[in-house]
Parts: sequence; structure tokens; C-alpha cells
Amino acid sequence: MKCKTDKKNLTGMRKGSSFLFTGCIYTARDQAHKKLVRLIRKNQKLPLSLKGQIIYYCGPTAAPNGRIIGSCGPTTSCRMDSFLEPLLKKGLLGMIGKGPRSRNAREMIKKYKGVYFLAPSGCGALLAKRVVSRKLVAFPGLGPEAIYKLEVADFPLIVAIDSCGHSIYPDI
Amino acid sequence: MKYSCIKKEVEKAVAQANFCLRPDVKKALKKAYASEKVLKAKTALGWILDNAGIAEKESIALCQDTGLPVVFIEAGKKMRISGGLIAAVEKGIEAGYRKNSLRPSIVDPLDRCRPSYKGMAYHIDFFSAGRKLKITILPKGFGSENKSRLKMFNPTAEPEEIENFITEAVKEAGAQSCPPFVIGVGVGGTCDSALMEAKRALLIRIDKPNPDRKLDRMEKRIFKKVNSLGIGPMGLGGKCTALAVRIRKIPTHIAGLPVGVNISCHALRSSVVELE
Repeated sequence: MKCKTDKKNLTGMRKGSSFLFTGCIYTARDQAHKKLVRLIRKNQKLPLSLKGQIIYYCGPTAAPNGRIIGSCGPTTSCRMDSFLEPLLKKGLLGMIGKGPRSRNAREMIKKYKGVYFLAPSGCGALLAKRVVSRKLVAFPGLGPEAIYKLEVADFPLIVAIDSCGHSIYPDI
Repeated sequence: MKYSCIKKEVEKAVAQANFCLRPDVKKALKKAYASEKVLKAKTALGWILDNAGIAEKESIALCQDTGLPVVFIEAGKKMRISGGLIAAVEKGIEAGYRKNSLRPSIVDPLDRCRPSYKGMAYHIDFFSAGRKLKITILPKGFGSENKSRLKMFNPTAEPEEIENFITEAVKEAGAQSCPPFVIGVGVGGTCDSALMEAKRALLIRIDKPNPDRKLDRMEKRIFKKVNSLGIGPMGLGGKCTALAVRIRKIPTHIAGLPVGVNISCHALRSSVVELE
């Protein structure tokens, strides 16, 4: 881990940089993406403002007694590729997940000056310890797939696709 | 054998599987960590090992994907159970998931709403002798399950073709399925049983060589090929893409050669309940 950072300097980071992030992120995975994009298509108000925000592709386990959150590692990012552009258009800044993405997703990240990070995959217990607070934001009916606002501290991330569209992985 | 006793033991096994990484898997990860030279890959392996430590010590699930519980039941012919066996296992699994705040991940395949704990995959064998009951629980994560492969080879296919098919399946799984993997392979049977054997292969300890020498050599060749792909932990490179390859074979038809591949992520979780 070379440095600690918050949101301000994320888009300037180059692929392969690893760092510890402190700040706020929103969980959203498959079904939440489907709902968000449906709302956008219908020109309806979103339950959160995406401008300058980071979405974490994650469906955590519930919080056991006395804890803030349960296991909370990343899920496979490329399943969210087809929903990416409308969210970037709404000002989404970053995404956290695992694995490579499609060529189209990478080009969208470049076009909208976004950035895509990896979190340690299959390390949900380790990441749970880096979550400081959790708040339900939208779609409670989705259970673990609901949108939660998480405050995280020293959350380990690696830049997988930078804002210039350079990726550590080949496209899929 | 009592319903309540089976339920209680299954409940314990659910927690065991989700909180405690299998000792043989942990051993393989430690070995991989010690020998990894690529710094990023070594860091990732370090995270994986730290994660296992935290999960076990603090009873936090190893992975938020607490899987679809695949249950293998081997029941002795002479075994007698008061109350239903399936009901006891089902209730035990549900209680284990619920009480330990493990993620409900099971939905109707088309509605996709309201994830629950109901709808485990069962495989029941009633042909073992005696009074013993063995229940194995494999919470199978879907990041790796989604990369399962089946190919119906010609019966004249060379082992090399099979080995290349398996290597290609691993390549396709790549960073999405949380490497380093354990690769389960099923050879023979029918299309469905080949995949079933592949899944059962994930239950075999990975710290001992395959007693079948031919399969052992095949496993070693695939292991070598897969680990030269350069995918590595989290897809960050290095030489550890697989922790092990396990093959099971069953007789098949003269006209065919089914090969199933079932990949597990590094959080390979399974636990066993044995009752007399």
C-alpha cells in the first residue's frame, strides 16, 4: 500500500496503482442496477445522486449482532457492464468490483472520465473490518442487493481501468 | 437417529463451512504465499490469508457470497430416522444461515425477488452399508459456478485435448471467479453425471495426491498448464492460478466421453457431519 487517499485525486490515478481509500461508497449490484437504469430511462428521480459518487458492486451478508456489516467483498463487475453508461452519464465517478470488463465498458470509462477499481476478491471478512458505518438508501425489498451507503476507512483498492481507459486486464 | 440431532449438527456445519477455511486449502494458500515472487500477487495472497484469519476468529463469513448450499447425503441402508431426513437437513441449513447472518442468495430463477434460504441442491445416495449418516455441505459461490463447462468429447479424444479444454475453461474464468482456484473435473458418465463428479471432486482433500496414478499424472499436467497462464490471485499475475486440480472418473458409453469442469474460488468451503 503506497498511499492513502480520498475522492479528490481518484481520477488522476493510473492503472495498477494500489492505495487505501477512506470515504463514502454506495453498494449496488445486478438488480439495483436494473432498477436504477429503468428509472433513468423513464426520466424518474433516482433515490440517490450519482454525481461524483462511487458504486461498489457488492451484496453484503447481514450484520451479525453488534457489527456494522457482515462479509462484504466485491462481486463480478462485467455483469454490470450493460448498465454502466446511463450511470456514468448521471455523473458516476467510480466503480469497485472484481475482474475484467468489456471493451465497451472500458471505452465508456474513458469517455466519461471515470475510474474502475478492484477490491480484494473473496476477502469479505477482511473488508468488513474497514467499514465504519452503513445506512440503507434504496430498494429494501432487494435484501442483500439493496443500495447501502457505506463509510469506509483504509479500504484497499487497485486501479484496474484508469480515466484514460487503460486497463490492467485484457477486455472481455 | 433423531431429527433434532441432525438439525443441530447441520446447523453447526453451516457455520463451520462459512467461517473456517478448509485446512487443506489454507495449507495450499500458505505454500503459494511463501513461493510467490510477483509482489502484487503476493499481496493478494496475503489478503486472502488475513481474510481467513479474521473470518475464523470473528465469525464473519469468509465471503459475502455464502453460496448455494449443495448438500451430499450418504445414508446407510440400516439407518433409521425419527422424523424426516430431508426436513431435518433443510431446517438445519436454514437455521445455520439465519442465526449466523449468512446471506440469503437463493431466488426464483425468473422472478429474481426476495432472496431466501430455501432451495438447496440435494444429492442423496442410499447405498452405503451400515447405520452411518454422512452429510457434506458445500456452499458454492456463483462467481466460480458461472464458469462451469461441459464438453461431450469424441471417444477417440486424446488426453491432451481434454487437458486443453480444462485449461481453456480456467482461462475463461480468469480474474472474475476469484483465483487461485481449485479445479474439479468429472470424466465419464453422462452429461449430468460428469458435472456432478466435477462438483464431488471439489470435496476431495487437496493436500494428498490422487491414489489413481493415471489421474494423478493428468492432474499434475493440468496443474502445470493452468499455472503457466499467468492469471494469478485476483488476476494480478504470478504463478498461482490454481491451488489444485482434482479429477474423478466414472464409466461411460463407448460412443462418448463427457468432461465436466466445476471451478471453485479460493474460498473453497465444505464441512462434514457424520452421525452413527
